[in-house]
Amino acid sequence: MSRPRTPLVLVLLAAALLTSAVAGLALGPVRIAPGRVLDIVLGGPGQHTGAFASIVWDVRMPRVLLGAVVGAGLAVAGTVLQALVRNQLADPFLLGASSGASLGAVLVIVFGTAAAGTAGALGGTGAPGVPAAAFAGSMGALVAVYAMARRGAALTTGRLILAGVAVQYILSALTSLVLVLAAHPDQIRSVLFWTLGGLGGARWDELALPAAALLLGTALLIALARPLDLLLAGEEGARTLGLDTGRFRAAVFVLTSLVIGVLVAYSGAIGFVGLMVPHAARMAVGAGHRALLPVAALGGAVFLTLADLVARTAAAPEEIPVGVVTALVGGPFFLWMLRRSTRVEGVAG
Amino acid sequence: MSGRQPVRLAVEAVRYETDGHTLLHGVDLTARPGETVGVVGPNGSGKTTLLRCVYGTLRPTAGRVLLDVEDAARLGAKGRARRVAVVPQDAAGTFGLTVREVVAMGRSPHKRFWEQDGPDDDRRVAEALETVGASGFAGRRYDGLSGGERQRALVARALVQEPGLLALDEPTNHLDIRYQLEILALVRALPATALLVLHDLNLAASYCDRLYVLAGGRVAASGTPAQVLTEDLLAEVYGVRTRVTTRPAGAAPNIVYLPLDGKRAGGGRIGPAGQPAVGSW
Repeated sequence: MSRPRTPLVLVLLAAALLTSAVAGLALGPVRIAPGRVLDIVLGGPGQHTGAFASIVWDVRMPRVLLGAVVGAGLAVAGTVLQALVRNQLADPFLLGASSGASLGAVLVIVFGTAAAGTAGALGGTGAPGVPAAAFAGSMGALVAVYAMARRGAALTTGRLILAGVAVQYILSALTSLVLVLAAHPDQIRSVLFWTLGGLGGARWDELALPAAALLLGTALLIALARPLDLLLAGEEGARTLGLDTGRFRAAVFVLTSLVIGVLVAYSGAIGFVGLMVPHAARMAVGAGHRALLPVAALGGAVFLTLADLVARTAAAPEEIPVGVVTALVGGPFFLWMLRRSTRVEGVAG
Repeated sequence: MSGRQPVRLAVEAVRYETDGHTLLHGVDLTARPGETVGVVGPNGSGKTTLLRCVYGTLRPTAGRVLLDVEDAARLGAKGRARRVAVVPQDAAGTFGLTVREVVAMGRSPHKRFWEQDGPDDDRRVAEALETVGASGFAGRRYDGLSGGERQRALVARALVQEPGLLALDEPTNHLDIRYQLEILALVRALPATALLVLHDLNLAASYCDRLYVLAGGRVAASGTPAQVLTEDLLAEVYGVRTRVTTRPAGAAPNIVYLPLDGKRAGGGRIGPAGQPAVGSW
């Protein structure tokens, strides 16, 4: 059921991505007709002047692009981590990345701004210094997980999961402690927005890094499709088929962690994308990673672009954290998929 | 199979300990190139442990495993996989890979990580699927197969690996008698040395050139099936009474199991260590 369908699925997803991107550019407090949006976009930056062009190019475009990049990256990371630990409940934040990033961001929001005396000047995730601190936090968490999970040069599945869960709890507790003891009420809101994830801070000059992380990481992982497939044969199976599983897991862990760390630094911890999209992609094209990874990437991009559109517009002028939308939309969809699929294996490992 | 030459296997004084238990007490075993060698013995005698030491998942505590002249422990995972293919007892769920994809995994030791399968690989996979009678379900999900279908897929995966040594752990486990005979005949016909763990002594007698009987982590006997499978040895190692016939002379011995200690064949419950449970009902 896998191979012949893949090109069709990729074409459909690409079309869906274009459509949802145009919708993302057209809708908002100011509605712009889709034809006008296309006109402005195809004209190139700076070719059109006026409010609409400015809204499309300067305000909405970076946000739509960041959403697509983050969605694609989380879906790819989730797919790979599920293979890595051979557990379909794994997601990009299993290994502590999100809790580390949250702690880093919260420390800067609470103490950094207090030191600068600019409390309350924060908006969304765009505060200066927050991405850097979040990246440092997630890397710190991942290094801690890695150090605890490794045995010699090898990473074992069970230790990885246990270390990830333990680090996550500790860092979440520290974040809560900082919030309760030190945070100013004004700061709680921006912290909350950050921990639930948001794309509101998207800026053109901050797109290059996440985009590069996504493209490079995904290209490398697609090149590693064969050994990723071998992991599905289980520890012993993969080894008797010639894969040095311990070292390969370690390498993929490092690569995936870097991608997650960069993405989380700009978007906060947006949940459910990296858990749900890989499942849907597997149902569409099977489990072989050469087909699965591109499909998951496009699917994640479509899903997060649409989710962010809902987050911006559903309760306007209030903005809903996009993580709330992904969970509210994704949760029921996920449950429906579970009921629909007769066999969901791998839960027990 | 145009692959490599059959491997000469030499297991030399292999000892394996884990958690303070010694599972193998210095086992010696050899298989000449192209020979089909069976390992039999009661539950817990160390058959699977020995097999795993041979294919490198377990590292012997002492002793060594030679593949031709190379020490298996010095080969990397990939070098070992080019020489030794494994048919495990069962393979866990595979997230919905198709049978064809699972079988194609067998090409991996011969490929660079980033290399895709070419037409030649596809042909080998198709041939192997045909050989084990799995072409009809090649497009189905591996997870959805019956035990016997999975077993045949795993044999096909080992075939496309083109090994010099084939290690099989209970390859006939879930199979109908027809497929048991076909798989064993296939293993014999392959231009590879084969080391099989088998439960069924009559099948072992029919299809193996030589047998090793393990008991308590030691080799209790070794030789041709006729030399090894005697009524005395089976009584000693398995604790069962048998009638072993060899007819016509020179054919494989045929074993008939007799009821334990004269109790009714169908009524007695079997207790630990193969002894009839006392005082049942």
